[in-house]
Amino acid sequence: MKFLKIFIILFLATSFSGLKSDETNGVLKNKILKNIRCLICQGQSVYDSESEFASSIKLIVDRKINEGLKEKQIYQFLREKYGDWVIFDPQFNKNSYILWLLPLLLFLFGGAIMYKKIQKK
Amino acid sequence: MKNKFSILFVVIFLSFCFVVFYKGLNTPNNYTPKVNEKKNIPTFKAKDFDSDNYINSDKIFEDNKFYIVNIWASWCVPCRTEHSLLMQLSKNESIKLIGLNYRDNFNNAKKFIDDFGNPYSRILIDKDGTLGVEFGAYGVPETFLIDKNKNIIKKFVGPINQEIVNEIKLIIK
Repeated sequence: MKFLKIFIILFLATSFSGLKSDETNGVLKNKILKNIRCLICQGQSVYDSESEFASSIKLIVDRKINEGLKEKQIYQFLREKYGDWVIFDPQFNKNSYILWLLPLLLFLFGGAIMYKKIQKK
Repeated sequence: MKNKFSILFVVIFLSFCFVVFYKGLNTPNNYTPKVNEKKNIPTFKAKDFDSDNYINSDKIFEDNKFYIVNIWASWCVPCRTEHSLLMQLSKNESIKLIGLNYRDNFNNAKKFIDDFGNPYSRILIDKDGTLGVEFGAYGVPETFLIDKNKNIIKKFVGPINQEIVNEIKLIIK
């Protein structure tokens, strides 16, 4: 009887952990697909698109997740194939540093003006 | 003096915005991935169209020749327009053509080849389009030129024309 109980507990534990990993894989897959641009219908993400290109990318992402690749590695794979533009979230590199730094510079510039005005008062 | 500086600043800022938006109007808003970057051919396993057996990529590109990988489908209208040019290229001894049959019905693809001729030394089946992704393709037709070092040296998006055929002939000469 004891063995049966242990067996049932172990069986349920392993089944639920399997479900959880499937669920996390699904969440990860959706997160990645929402961050990939469809090159056929360019305003849409692959997640939203029904194009043939998008369905192939969905299969590829699924396959890569099952192979054990991390999110960043999947983005890197797609970047190598299609360039930086295929990912909605731009990487910090020599082509995009102005994009990343400009808001910060504008914030500092505005802050300096405000600071000067306050000091004058 | 301060007033003049403010006006100058506003003018410079507006001019900057004008230039950015004007440039934006004149550049096409459709992105096409870089096409002339040297890349290694991907390693893959694909189903052979004639034998139905799986074959490794290193067996496909084993000859010391230039290769052309052409992505095609029987349902793709532009593929019909470029087919005669592919037939013309297939007569060249120093190049081998590999066809990638993209998301197609086998019988329709077979009929297409029977009707228009077979320029390919081997045809691979890409049922779900994932093999095309390995090559960095996103539509049909697309054509890749591979050199003897097994690098993709050129990529042509859309149907090839006589100009492209001449360019390929010049490269493989």
